[in-house]
Amino acid sequence: MNMLEVSGLTKHYPINAGILRREVGRVRAAEDVNFTISKGETLALVGESGCGKTTVARCILRALKPTSGSIRFSPADGEMVDLAPLSKRQLRPLRRHIQLIFQDPYASLNPRMMVGDIIAEPLLVNGVASAERHRRVLELLDLVGLPAAARTRFPHAFSGGQRQRIGIARALALNPRVIVADEPVSALDVSVQAQIINLLLDLQEQLGLSTLFVAHDLGVVRHVSDRVAVMYVGRIVEVAPTVALYATPRHPYTQALMSAVPKADPLMRDTAAAPIGEVADPANPPPGCAFNPRCPFAIDRCRTERPVLRDVGAGQLAACHRAEELTLAGVG
Amino acid sequence: MADNSLPLVSVRNLAVEFTQHGGGPVRALDSVSLDLRPGRVLGVVGESGCGKSVTARAMLRILDRNGSIKNGQILLDPGTPQQTDITALPGEGNRMREIRGGRIGLIFQEPMAALSMQYTVGNQLMEAIRVHNDPGKAVARQRVIKLLNDVGIPRPETRIDTYPFQLSGGLRQRVGIALALAADPDVLIADEPTTALDVTTQAQILALLRRLQVDKKIALMLITHDMGVIAQMADDVAVMYLGRVVEFAPVNEVFAAPRHPYTQALLRSVPNLRAPPHSRLATIGGAVPQPNARPKGCPFHPRCPDMMPGRCDTTAPAPVPPGQAGASCFKVEDAALVEGVAA
Repeated sequence: MNMLEVSGLTKHYPINAGILRREVGRVRAAEDVNFTISKGETLALVGESGCGKTTVARCILRALKPTSGSIRFSPADGEMVDLAPLSKRQLRPLRRHIQLIFQDPYASLNPRMMVGDIIAEPLLVNGVASAERHRRVLELLDLVGLPAAARTRFPHAFSGGQRQRIGIARALALNPRVIVADEPVSALDVSVQAQIINLLLDLQEQLGLSTLFVAHDLGVVRHVSDRVAVMYVGRIVEVAPTVALYATPRHPYTQALMSAVPKADPLMRDTAAAPIGEVADPANPPPGCAFNPRCPFAIDRCRTERPVLRDVGAGQLAACHRAEELTLAGVG
Repeated sequence: MADNSLPLVSVRNLAVEFTQHGGGPVRALDSVSLDLRPGRVLGVVGESGCGKSVTARAMLRILDRNGSIKNGQILLDPGTPQQTDITALPGEGNRMREIRGGRIGLIFQEPMAALSMQYTVGNQLMEAIRVHNDPGKAVARQRVIKLLNDVGIPRPETRIDTYPFQLSGGLRQRVGIALALAADPDVLIADEPTTALDVTTQAQILALLRRLQVDKKIALMLITHDMGVIAQMADDVAVMYLGRVVEFAPVNEVFAAPRHPYTQALLRSVPNLRAPPHSRLATIGGAVPQPNARPKGCPFHPRCPDMMPGRCDTTAPAPVPPGQAGASCFKVEDAALVEGVAA
């Protein structure tokens, strides 16, 4: 059963110039993005900065209104509602079902509120009675591995990892059906990052959460996700089950991304050349496949005709003209 | 170590303290010793607050105003007639100004920190060259174009007249590297040079650093929190925790047979591209303590799985002797003793 069905999702930002602020161009932050997340599934959305992954996440949270496309979400089993066209007022009763875990545990907690109040705020806003709020806060603190005494303390008393636990507790307060986690561990030290990854894995299992996990770190993604969608310049270029994506990438960009991760093994020093060039400008993407100027396998067709995301076998989708003929290296 | 050439810089028993508003001094570095050798890469790795950046800033005498060197030496050209103790020089003096940039270059994490937005790339690089050894404007400009070419910036003759904000993050970091190399230093400190970059750009910048370091036989001190970057780049590794070097060893030894419990735990907690789906990571309990709440004894003991009560929590183990592979840990000391008796 699908919790989320995103189809044709597009978000453009106008570029205005001149005294009349006329539109002179568009940043195509997300272009025809399609994916689904089923109940209990974690889909990772990966890519480099500017690829549009955060734009997609913000559209799903309806912090942004998409330019076009639909975001069908299941507020209750058997029901589907498209969030894309809804007004603020119409969205209000639905927002409790989709919650966000922020990247920065320092900026995302109000320093003047006690931890208990921070976690209880979504409950308060949704009219949960005081005694029930108190009970739920204690339950949530326990769930994320914080002592009950944390309730009456302020965020500054906690380390980055503990603050991220507080943010997770707040996101879970209303029993959301979908969690959007935007780089939830990238601001943390390695040793603390491991604790939070394990907590997220435990919560996935205990609560059967459906998660959109936005990240740039392929190591972290490997541990937490069931499927991975790779984005490049606003478009999804490959979607595959996690193990398959890492073992047999079918898009040259996926391969480039994986080979660029420095391996934590001095006996496996990178001899392969680093990927050339820079990410294309989403306001002015190259014609054809956006990756073609950097792609070692590009042919004439890649420079003129944009490849569509299609089934290339074994449950993998890739947007590459040459997916069938190329043998790309994965990480085993 | 296999390399017996004299170090270009030897840091010995360096201690740095910061005064804080309405509180006692906070010790940021404690007995740190390191050697930087020509043509070799020293990787310095640790989590936030371990003192890796403070070490770099002390070596260039650019500590924040509330920080001061309390003990130890930073020897430039040790063992030669030119030997200079950087800690003994006036921080704002001419000699220190020559050393900064001229002998020891610095690459920042965020190239924007090193570059001004009001001046063109060429202006800033030419200034860096002319401050140290002025060859005249025309020659300096030619040198800048060559420098930009060396760091892999396409079309350097036009890029020289652009402003840093017109460049992408990757190109900006290349300019940052060019700036660090402008006065031809033989020692380079790179403080998290790729942390702000995307992974494909990081790969390019690391490849560039390696090429320059090999070509120019630079002694590179590469500071990072990323064990992957260490594995790919370093010859020797210093692992730091709360202001101390807890382990020093050649890179292969650190990864194949880490000595210190902290190094062991750190390596286990790195996410793995080959991990089975939904597999848990090994964790280190707790968090890095605040520097003003430094634990007594070994700084790692509250989080250490091998903590020996009455010992690790009372006295700090001896620092790793300079230039030798080892760990600052009682457990490692004991094991060495047993081995010594058996042999």
